[in-house]
Amino acid sequence: MAKKRTVRTIPQQRTPVREQDPRERATNFAEVNCGYSEAEALLESQRCLFCADPVCIAGCPVGINIPDFIERIGAKDFRGAYDAIGRTNLLPAVCGRVCPQETQCEGECTVGDSLEPVAIGRLERFVGDRAIAEGWANLPHIEPAGRRVGIVGSGPAGMACAADMAKAGCDVTVFEAFHEPGGVLRYGIPDFRLPNEVIDAEIANLRRLGVKFQCNTLVGRLFTIAQMIDEMGFDAVFIGTGAGYPAMLGIPGDSLNGVLSANELLTRCNLMRARDFPAYDTPIPLGRHVAVVGAGNTAMDAMRVSLRLGAQNVTCVYRRSKAECPARAEETHHAEQEGVVFKWLTAPLEILGDDKGNVRGMRCITMMLGEPDKSGRARPVPVAGSEHEIDCDQVVFAIGTNANPVIGQTSRLRLDKRGYIETDADLATSMAGVFAGGDIVTGAATVIEAMGAGRKAARNMKAYLGIREPGCDLAAATIFGIQASERNFARILSA
Amino acid sequence: MLATMNDIQEGYGFEIVRRQDFSDVTYLLEVRHPLMAKAARPGQFVIVMSHENGERIPLTIADFDRAAGTVTLVVQAVGKTTREMQQTCQAGAHLHALVGPMGIPTHIGDARKVVCVGGGLGVAPIYPQARAFKEDGAYVIGILGFRNKDLVFWEDKFRACCDEVILCTDDGSAGMKGFVSDGIKQAIAAHSDIDEVIAIGPPVMMKACAETTRPHGIKTMVSLNPIMVDGTGMCGGCRVKLGDQVKFACVDGPDFDGHLVDFDDMTRRLRRYKEEETAAMTRWSETCRMESPQTTL
Ligand SMILES: Cc1cc2nc3c(=O)[nH]c(=O)nc-3n(C[C@H](O)[C@H](O)[C@H](O)COP(=O)(O)OP(=O)(O)OC[C@H]3O[C@@H](n4cnc5c(N)ncnc54)[C@H](O)[C@@H]3O)c2cc1C
Ligand SMILES: Cc1cc2nc3c(=O)[nH]c(=O)nc-3n(C[C@H](O)[C@H](O)[C@H](O)COP(=O)(O)OP(=O)(O)OC[C@H]3O[C@@H](n4cnc5c(N)ncnc54)[C@H](O)[C@@H]3O)c2cc1C
Ligand code: SF4
Ligand code: SF4
Ligand code: FES
Repeated sequence: MAKKRTVRTIPQQRTPVREQDPRERATNFAEVNCGYSEAEALLESQRCLFCADPVCIAGCPVGINIPDFIERIGAKDFRGAYDAIGRTNLLPAVCGRVCPQETQCEGECTVGDSLEPVAIGRLERFVGDRAIAEGWANLPHIEPAGRRVGIVGSGPAGMACAADMAKAGCDVTVFEAFHEPGGVLRYGIPDFRLPNEVIDAEIANLRRLGVKFQCNTLVGRLFTIAQMIDEMGFDAVFIGTGAGYPAMLGIPGDSLNGVLSANELLTRCNLMRARDFPAYDTPIPLGRHVAVVGAGNTAMDAMRVSLRLGAQNVTCVYRRSKAECPARAEETHHAEQEGVVFKWLTAPLEILGDDKGNVRGMRCITMMLGEPDKSGRARPVPVAGSEHEIDCDQVVFAIGTNANPVIGQTSRLRLDKRGYIETDADLATSMAGVFAGGDIVTGAATVIEAMGAGRKAARNMKAYLGIREPGCDLAAATIFGIQASERNFARILSA
Repeated sequence: MLATMNDIQEGYGFEIVRRQDFSDVTYLLEVRHPLMAKAARPGQFVIVMSHENGERIPLTIADFDRAAGTVTLVVQAVGKTTREMQQTCQAGAHLHALVGPMGIPTHIGDARKVVCVGGGLGVAPIYPQARAFKEDGAYVIGILGFRNKDLVFWEDKFRACCDEVILCTDDGSAGMKGFVSDGIKQAIAAHSDIDEVIAIGPPVMMKACAETTRPHGIKTMVSLNPIMVDGTGMCGGCRVKLGDQVKFACVDGPDFDGHLVDFDDMTRRLRRYKEEETAAMTRWSETCRMESPQTTL
């Protein structure tokens, strides 16, 4: 490397990324963020200082060696950059697009102390897209291990676990309830943020590793987790069923026609392609004046989908202020650009209906921020006498999710108080050989955290199955409460 | 019943092995899915997509044959999807997607005397429950309601598994003249010791059944059929009101206590997509007319 870079010598401005024009894109489902060109990626790679203490790595839930891959980009060794990322992250094209970078890797970046941080996410996406375009895949030599692994759910947690177990030589089958794999990546996150081709490419990579996908399979009901182990010959099972079950508003009028969950809206639009109704059969309710309750990623997606479906105006109703808004910064920004009206510090009280049972408005109240609550965020409290009505003919709620009950109903797995699957630190559940991770363990989180959980479970699953391979973390402190030091010699002593 | 990986490999493909027409709007499909035939229990349903661009529609498992490895669906052609399926779903054809069994199976409890009520198409899904109660040793009274005698089906199947069958038609062209609720009144008059009534049919019918039994305090279970998308508890589209509680029919049901269900709320929500449904139907029947040579005659 030539002269050592400093914050002063690097390009001061973060390389901008081309985006579709806000007015135009609000009417189509093509991707908003066009991604870096090679020249732009090279320019942005010049902004990394290759810190002696790369704090960005600690900000990444899977600990990608960020300076390493950026350095390779700078050297035009894109394949090398892909391999460097691939050591920890299997889905760079996905994570580069959907990670909340500002609170993860980029949030820690040293450059960010004085300038805008290095655009790590955009660089990662550049590498991921290049890999898809070139058909690169990390296909290691696989030595059959003679073990069969069943994965329940094909979201990021399941995909990550499947990939690692396949690389370790296991015969892996992924079971998915829907007719297409991908989990939230497929049915929730819209095409203008994450095109289907990206998911298809990642699934194709898994297939090349030998992973089999069985869609149309509702595990728990078609067969149970216990049957997978006892009868179907799976040596280990990973559960990554996500946090379905949308939370209800619980206010008067919430069953009026025109009130629906963001999950329903997004599933109809994305997975069932209702946006192309009538070429596709699934209908979608078309609101002219849409109010979306909530301000997370799901809410942003619901708002921007509504605009694209032809809504005249879309209002975001959120009871806290912009500072507490949990969505990715880029999404809130894009939603604002596209014309979403944000009503911060506003809470819904009642949904108003007409005589046909359709939504005609929503009664709201203004909030102000009070003392911090349990989550450490300021608790919103209603301002007396501030009730007001907003006109809308559709209300979409995106106020969080609860645990999906199907696996709980049909197995004896231990659940926590809220119905999520209980695991130990190694992601082992209360059933031997059964591991779980992702949203069904933690509650709604992020794509990269779910993926990280899938990989962690895979590591421990390999230890459980006695598969040794380089990088297999046999040093994990305990597995099923058995200390690493005594693991191979553990005896069960009768009391 | 053992599930094995063989079933997984063979079981998919969703071939329609038999098709039977009960009337010009009602048809039966027997579909190959050995694993589902093993897993299915009375009261459960499936979600079907007939083709790649199709809608996911829920249909009750009307029967299952574990030996033959098939499940039976009985469909009423009411809109675009079910009418299109009436044309395309012939023996030998394949469904694009079929997932299930979904929902919590009917609790075949310790009821010793039960009344199983099916109205119209509801006659099909009530059948496995009637049979299960009979196998469990209960005294089973079947009440079947149809608009007229031309629509009657499966009377023989019910006669084979019920201790009594009361057939009702709106116009009296078969069995007694009256609604199934009249049949329930007759059964209650004849038997003072009915433990449970189970009713499946259109919402108005289930509501009428629940109102008929309410004064007698007889436990009445109904099987709800709200609009669904995923059937896995993820979208909330199928939510129904039970008193002041909200439940998701696909994972918390579909069977619920009929005395608690808010039928008016459900009926209203079933009309949610009326405009789109009508538009789809009109457009579809127009294209059919254009493409079908017979209609030009
Ligand atoms: C609309 C939306 C937008 C989001 N945006 C972002 C974002 O921008 N950035 C980000 O980091 N995170 C985002 N998230 C969160 C992120 O998508 C999730 O945290 C992540 O997908 C969880 O992964 P998972 O593998 O645990 O589960 P999921 O992705 O939920 O996948 C679970 C899969 O299991 C299947 N399944 C469930 N039950 C069964 C069963 N019994 N048998 C078989 N299959 C079953 C489901 O059908 C599903 O396909 C978003 C979430 C939503 C809903
Ligand atoms: C748990 C469950 C079990 C069911 N079992 C059966 C069954 O065994 N056989 C069968 O024929 N049908 C059954 N249904 C209803 C079936 O799913 C609908 O008839 C079908 O979705 C209609 O699709 P379509 O496109 O043909 O008609 P659409 O154009 O969608 O609708 C036409 C008419 O049917 C009504 N409708 C739409 N969806 C439903 C629904 N989910 N339930 C009731 N009415 C509806 C509409 O309000 C409209 O009046 C069941 C529904 C549920 C939820
Ligand atoms: S995976 Fe996400 S958090 Fe990690 S480096 Fe990539 S964008 Fe940042
Ligand atoms: S902290 Fe920022 S500048 Fe330092 S290595 Fe990481 S990305 Fe590069
Ligand atoms: S159909 Fe989606 S939650 Fe029941």
